[in-house]
Amino acid sequence: MTDQTDGPARPLSPHLQIYRWQWTMAMSIAHRASGVALVVGTLLLVWWLVAAAAGPSAFESAQGFIGSFIGQILLFGWSVAFFYHLSNGIRHLLWDSGKMLELGPAQGSGMAVLVATGVLTILAWIIAYAVK
Amino acid sequence: MSLKSPLGQVRGLGSAKEGVQHWWAQRVTAIALIPLSLWFVISIIFMAGADHADMVEWISSPFSAAIALLVIVATFWHAMLGVQVVIEDYVHNEAVKIASLLAIKGLLLLLGLACALSVIVLLVQG
Repeated sequence: MTDQTDGPARPLSPHLQIYRWQWTMAMSIAHRASGVALVVGTLLLVWWLVAAAAGPSAFESAQGFIGSFIGQILLFGWSVAFFYHLSNGIRHLLWDSGKMLELGPAQGSGMAVLVATGVLTILAWIIAYAVK
Repeated sequence: MSLKSPLGQVRGLGSAKEGVQHWWAQRVTAIALIPLSLWFVISIIFMAGADHADMVEWISSPFSAAIALLVIVATFWHAMLGVQVVIEDYVHNEAVKIASLLAIKGLLLLLGLACALSVIVLLVQG
């Protein structure tokens, strides 16, 4: 390996821990974290559907757990992860098409994702408790 | 140490014309999941506090059952592609990596199958 001092000072690619932490970086890792959380959350979905197929008593206990305090906390976390991953996923699809990659639009769309996540989550829970 | 020439080593790992398959499948399932997952979430919001009869009535309509099956296929396919990338990024021991990929993908396949069979059972019952 040649040392940096051997030749002209070429730019090195800094590692992640060198960068000053920024909120857009947090949003980036949160996309992956919310995806993993949603995968774990599918266990609840599996239980709910299998219980429904198994019969009324199994379905009642699944609905009972989902309606309990712990169930509602888990479902709230799941709903935040869902609306975040959905909104930020659309942002990723826009990036994939080559749009909004500049700093300004990337930060603006990031703010839009955070607002959309909050609004959609609150809206979903208002409707859920209204129809219950 | 390999006896292969540098060119031979590179060629051996060359394009099998499938390099972008994972990338495309992830995007296609993502786009499909925008309407599908929204339909599913809106449906389950209106199922809050529902009893078994409401559940059977909802999922046993051919339209609901068909869309629910599409939701299940797209969700578990997208999940498999996603966890694959996470494992490939963070697990560097080749044996552990392959073992965890097989385990998680196999588990997701079984869970998806359980969901799909449940929908079919409800469709037939209803």
